[in-house]
Order: sequence, then structure tokens, then C-alpha cells
Amino acid sequence: MRKNLTQKTILILAILLIFIGGFVGIPKGFSPAAVKQSITDRIHLGLDLSGGTHLILQVMVSEAVGATSDSDLQRILTDLQTASATGATATKPDPKGQPQIIRVTGVPLDKDNAVRSVLEDHYAAQYDIASGADNSYTLTMKVSVVRDIEQRALQQSIETIRERIDNLGVSEPVIEEYGPGTNEILVELPGIDDPGRVKDVIQSTARLEIHEVLGGPYPDQQAALQGNGGTLPVNSELLKAEEGANAGGQYYLLNRIPIVAGTEFRDAQPSTDVNGRPDVSFTLTTSGGDHFYQYTSANIGKSMAIVLDNSVREVATIEGAIRDQGQISGGGITQEEAQNLSLMLRTGALPASIHFLEERTIGPSLGADSIRHGVEAAIAGLIAVLAFMLFYYHGAGINADLALILNLVILLGFMGYTHATLTLPGIAGVILTIGMGVDSNVLIFERIREELRAGKSPAAAVDQGFSHAFQTIIDTHVTTIVSAAILFLFGTGPVKGFATTLVFGLLANLFTAVFVSRVIFEANLNRRQRGEAISIG
Amino acid sequence: MEFFHEVNIDWLGKKWYFLAFSLIFSISGLLSLFFWRGLPLGVDFKGGTLIYLKFDQSPDLNRVRQAADRVGLHDVSIVRFGHPVDNEIIVSLPQRDTREAELDTGRAAIVQTLQRNYAPNGAANAGKLDLDNATQETLAAFLTQADPMHLNNPAVEQVRYPQIADTILNYRDKVKDGLLGSIAELNGQVDSSVAAALEQGAYLSGFTVRNVEIVGPQVGAQLRRQALLATLYSLAGMLVYLWFRFELIYGVAAVVAVFHDTLITVGAFSLANREMTLTVVAAILTLIGYSMNDTIVVFDRIRENLRLVRRATLSEIVNKSINQTLSRTVLTSGLTFLTVLSLFLFGGEVLNGFSFALVIGILIGTYSSIAVAAPMLVAYQDWRARRGKAAALPAGKRART
Repeated sequence: MRKNLTQKTILILAILLIFIGGFVGIPKGFSPAAVKQSITDRIHLGLDLSGGTHLILQVMVSEAVGATSDSDLQRILTDLQTASATGATATKPDPKGQPQIIRVTGVPLDKDNAVRSVLEDHYAAQYDIASGADNSYTLTMKVSVVRDIEQRALQQSIETIRERIDNLGVSEPVIEEYGPGTNEILVELPGIDDPGRVKDVIQSTARLEIHEVLGGPYPDQQAALQGNGGTLPVNSELLKAEEGANAGGQYYLLNRIPIVAGTEFRDAQPSTDVNGRPDVSFTLTTSGGDHFYQYTSANIGKSMAIVLDNSVREVATIEGAIRDQGQISGGGITQEEAQNLSLMLRTGALPASIHFLEERTIGPSLGADSIRHGVEAAIAGLIAVLAFMLFYYHGAGINADLALILNLVILLGFMGYTHATLTLPGIAGVILTIGMGVDSNVLIFERIREELRAGKSPAAAVDQGFSHAFQTIIDTHVTTIVSAAILFLFGTGPVKGFATTLVFGLLANLFTAVFVSRVIFEANLNRRQRGEAISIG
Repeated sequence: MEFFHEVNIDWLGKKWYFLAFSLIFSISGLLSLFFWRGLPLGVDFKGGTLIYLKFDQSPDLNRVRQAADRVGLHDVSIVRFGHPVDNEIIVSLPQRDTREAELDTGRAAIVQTLQRNYAPNGAANAGKLDLDNATQETLAAFLTQADPMHLNNPAVEQVRYPQIADTILNYRDKVKDGLLGSIAELNGQVDSSVAAALEQGAYLSGFTVRNVEIVGPQVGAQLRRQALLATLYSLAGMLVYLWFRFELIYGVAAVVAVFHDTLITVGAFSLANREMTLTVVAAILTLIGYSMNDTIVVFDRIRENLRLVRRATLSEIVNKSINQTLSRTVLTSGLTFLTVLSLFLFGGEVLNGFSFALVIGILIGTYSSIAVAAPMLVAYQDWRARRGKAAALPAGKRART
């Protein structure tokens, strides 16, 4: 018995040391400042305590689906030509609302079989193909393919944003998927309390494309429609030229399918044009360059437009074949814009545009205030509880107090080891842990008192008290852990921070209230004469 | 010492009082929710922009409003916040001024117009740096540009001035709580040449942005749904666990009691016209856990007594169990109430809604495990007996002891 007790005591001390190490670490010295520094290194504070910016953004993934189906549409057009199905054409009936649907219409009767087999050979893996009236076909991208593209667009956006933010020199940013299935990204920027520039850099899609010019410039959309007989031709789009570019503010009719797509740019650098004005020079990838060379050599004399984020930056006439170099000027860009733009082109275009859904900025002074208030409240509550337990339970109160303090040490140690984030609601979770810790002790002590009243010997009363209370403690703790775990899984933000500390706290509490407190009782009983009363108020 | 000794209260005999009490509070909450105040939603759930500002002296709300008017923000609500000596206000813009494409236009507009139209001799400060709202980046850029220490070496400047900017901002935010009294205060903190340069090229606008919350309308709806789902899932999780450990009726009774607590607490938010935020939802989840905890303690005792005491009616057993655990119930509730009360009193404004919910929730949660959950077991038993079914005591599965 005595030997067993020694082992248990050593175990408790070892755990105490391990978890103190968890949140204090190994300080460089023993001065209060060094210890404090060591603690702040290990306990990761949430933005609400440290100050910074929290952004939720949503990736418009349907644009990425649209881009994929656009390039398939381009291939279908080529295939139709190869099959010499004259009169047949492919369009998207609703490019914005249903980017996953392509329609092939006007297939001549004699080519119907050829077209059908081409479509089925080349596209059946990605599309569900349905034939309709008048030899038309509707290709609907498979749900699994759409989901795959959306997921890739989201991941690529996360990586691109991370690279851009790293390039801006923000320290320790968090950039991760937020909430399942909603295509949202959480961005946390510690220490940034005016996120203007960061947001500009994140949000700019930087989708650079080169399109064929079909008509224009038109002074407004009305004129463009009139110039084309009331409706826009198939597979075309009307885009506005950037103010300050040549023909700024006017509209151009462009082929909706780009000659060079955003993914075909390889590098970009800020530079200056012949007049010394800032511009950005870009380089295309090899395959993009080949493609561009073919197109430009075949279309000398025609116009093409450089389009950045759906606005025309520059319109130029093709004067000779170009392979892989070009400049974007126009729009009167400033030096800083040229730098930002080339940064964004280098880090890659976002596969789809981005909307900001939520922004929270916590000023550094507020964060410091919240820590002070939260910690003050926690300490005030703790002291009140500790004092009361001593007062009400006398000797046994010491057990409870030691168990409670150990509980807090373990909780903080957990936080340190797992790099969990301590947030303001997290501090509230700590306070609730104190409450639950007290509850376990009260349950046990009240039970021991009952057993003593029933005439049991101190040792038997302690034994019975613990074993009866144990059941209740397990039930209450498991129930709360179940609900906290569910909160952790389904909750977001503050709810999650709260659930984290609560789960850790309850686990620690199971150990301290049931095991540690009991060892202290047993140690006490051992030192006493048999039958002497224990101090439990 | 002991507060309760051998108490013998007939709790179930008072069930009609309990029922009346619960009904009065639930129904008044419901009436307020549906017909009077509704549930005031915070920016988390409603969408919109909240800007928390702190001033160096008592802010003149009318002048702030006039300044907002000048930039075309006519529909702002401006209220004092926190302790009066803290000189803090909340400026909130309605959802329609919060466009998702450009979330923080409202914030920028408010800050700029206050710098120009509210700060002392605002117009004269045009082109100067506002030291109360400067960020590390802008301050470092200002110092590098001015080079007051005549370092004349870009490489050194790139390192030295950002460090000085850090020192200044650290002093402003951590020591002076966000607002400098005067630029001259910096003399002890940084090189006097730096302070002199700042006297020249910077000014103090007398206010600082403490906190900004901007939530687009889409997220508001999404957060509402998520919070509701998280709560329902966690209730379902507990129901299943209790079903597994006890018996279905115990789970149902506990969940009904917890639902009763949630209803009354949410009703109290409506009656007190307090805003529902994400943090308050966290508090409600806490009180659900807490009330459940209380209920289980009583249920555990009932289960134990059902095995020990053979010749007693269920109501006698329930009464006995409540009385036996009463001492623990009061102690734990009292102590938890103490910690929550300290949070309510000292936790600061940010935690105020959270602790308000818990202060109410702990009182109601303790009450409901005695007055709602336990009587439900007896009512269920009576109902089964009336229908002629075997009066099987819902003792539950044999617990492992």
C-alpha cells in the first residue's frame, strides 16, 4: 500500500513537471521576464487577444468550372471542324449561371453519327452527353468532375494567397480552408490592424488573358448591340476598357475564349516603356508561346486585347508573329501598381475571383485589455473558489485546491504542447473548467461525508465516496465532452476556441479530481492512526 | 461546516408551483421574442459593420454624427460603450452599407472623416501622419522618409526605423492603452530627434480604432444556421449518450430541461434587449453543458436509489435523491455562479454578453434539474401507469459499479 502510494505520488509529480514544461518550456533564465517570454512563446494567442486581422473570403469556384468548360468548348469547336460538320456549332446556353453545360446544335444529318462518336470518345469521361431534338447534344459536366475542379480551385487559391501574403512579409499568417463545402478561406494576419493593402493584393485575381478582338471600340453597350444586329454573336463577350488605357471607357467585343489563358504566363517583372512610364513585361510558357506564335502568324493585321480581371488593358494590332514576350502598360499604372501586378502574375493567377465575406480587426490595445480583464476575472474567480473550499471543507479543501491548480497546469500544458490557440472565449472555457473541477470535488466530498454519517470508518468512507462519485463524474464529463467535441467539429471561430479549452480542461479534470485528489486522501489516511477522523469540515 | 443536514423537502409536491414558474418565464420570453422586442441580433448574425472607437476625452456624439453625415453615411448608429471613463463608442453601419465586394469602405470613410472633421484642428493636419492611427508600416515609412537620425544609409534605415516604429507603437498600445497624451511623451521612449521629427510631421487625432467587425449578409445567414446546427447536434449527442447510459426517458427529460433553460435565457436576451452574438451562443452552449451536468447528478442518484430502495414510490425516491444531492447542487452552483459573477463584473465589455447569459443560465439550469427534469420522470411513470402498462420503473440499465 505504502509503496503503491509512493509510485502514484511520483507519477503525479512527473505529470506535473511534464505539463509545466508544456506551457513554460525551458526558460533561458530565471528572471520573471525570461519566464514570461518563454510562456508567450509557447501559448499561442488568438487574434482577439494578440490583435490582428481576421478575414473570411469566398472563392467563386464556378468561374474555374467555366474556364475548364471554355477550353473544352474550344476543343469541341475544333473537333466539329475536323469532322467537317459544317453548320454545327457549340455554345454555352448560360455561361454565368450554369457554366458546366455546353450545347452542340445544328449538326448536319449526315454527320450526326460522326459527331456523336467524336463527342462520346473525347468527352464522355468528363461529361454526361444527352441528345436532343434537331440533332443537338447537351453536355453536362459530371458532378464529380465539377467538385474536383472546385476543390482544386480552392486549394490553388489558398496556395496563391499564401505566396502573395508571404511576399508581403506578414509574419505567421494563417491561411486555410474554412467550413466544409462552402469554398471559403480563413485568413488571419497577426499584428496587421489596417488590412487595406493586403486585401487589395489578395483580392486581385490577376487573371491575365489575351483575347481576339471581334469588334469595337463602341462608346457604350447599346451601341455595341446595335452594331451587331441587336444580339451579341455566340461565344463573344463585351468588355470595357480601363480608364486611361487607349480607348479608355469604351467597349470591345471580344471572343470569349482566350488565345492565351491565365495559366500560360510564366513570369512577370515591373519595367518601363520607351517613354519611361512604368509597365509590366511578361513571359509565356513554352506551350503558351507556341500557341501564341501560331495564332499571331496566322492573324497578322487583326487586333487582340490584353485583358486583366475582365477589363481591357490594351488593344494592339498584330504586326508580326510573337512568341512569348509582351508588355502590359496602359491604364496609367503607377510604379507600385506595376510592382503589385507583377508580384501577382508571378505568384500565379487566382483560378477564380474572390469575395470578402467577413472582416474583423482587433486593435493591439484592445487585445491587451481583453487579456488583462479575462485573466483578472479568472484569477478572482479562482481565488474565491479556493478560499471557499478551504473554509467549507477544512483539510479536504487542500486536496481540492491542489487538484484544481494541477488541473489548470495540465490544461495550459496541453495548450502548449498541441499549439492550440488561446482565445477570449477560450479563457471563458478555462473559467468553466474551474467550475467543473470544483463540482467533481464537491461531489466526492459530499459523498464521503454521507458515508461518514452512515457510520463508516474514514478509510471506507473515502473508498466508497470515490467509487460512488466516480460514476456520476464519468457521466457528467463524458456528456460535456461529447457536446464540446461536437462544437469543435461543427462550430467556428469563438465557439471552437471555447470547445478546445473545455475539452482539454475536462480531460485534465477527470485525472485530477478522481486520481490526484484520492492519492492525497490516501496519503493523509496513511499518516493517521487507524480510526482517527479525517478533516473534511 | 455544513449548510444542509438531513434535508427532507417534498420537491414533487411543489410541482405545480414549478410548472407555473417555468411557464411564466418561458411564455414571457416567447412573447417578447415573437411580439415585442424580437431577438436583437449582433453583427455576427445580422451582417453589417461595427467600428469600436476610443477617444482621449469624452466624445461628442453629435459631432461624430455630423462627421459621418459629411461622407454620406446618414444611417449610422452611434452609442457610448463600456465604462464612461474609457471614452469608447461604437459606430455601426447597417448591412446595406456593407457591400461584399468592398467590405471596409465604411471603416475607411469613418476614420478619414473623423481625422478631418473631428480631430482638433483637423484641416490644418492635412498631409501629416496621424500617430494615433498609424500602423507599423506607415510609421516606419514616415521615419525612413524623414530620416531624423541622419543615418544616411538605406540598409541601416530599413532595419533601424521599423524597430523604432515598433517601440513607439508598443508604448502607445500596451502602456498608453492605444492613445498618446502628447507627442512629447515619446522623448523618454525613443531618440529625441525622432520625437522632434514626429512633432513636426505628425499629429494626434485623439481617437483610435479599437476593433472592427464587418460581416457580409451572406455570412450572417450562414453563421446563424451553423450556430443553430451546432447546438442541435450537441443536444442530440447528449440524448444518445444518456439513452445509452440510462434509458430513453432520462435522455428526453434532460434534453427538455436543457431546452427550457435555453428558451428562458434567450428570452431574457430579448427582454433585456441585449444582442445575440457568436460569443453568446458559446455561453448558451456552456449553460447547456452545465445544466445537463446538474441533471445527470440527480439522475445518477435516482438510478442508484432505485436499486437500493425497493419499497418506495418513484416520487419518494426522486424526492430523496434530490435531497441527498441538494448540498452538492447548491455548493457547485454557488461556486460556479461565483466564477461567472466575477467574469460578469471584471471580465470587461467584450465578455459581458457571455457572462450575462451564464449568470442567468446557471440559476435556471440548477432550478431546471430539480424542478423540470426530475418531475418529468415521475410524470412519465404516472402516465404509463394510467395507460395500464406495467409500472416499470425507468431504472435503466444496470450500471457498472
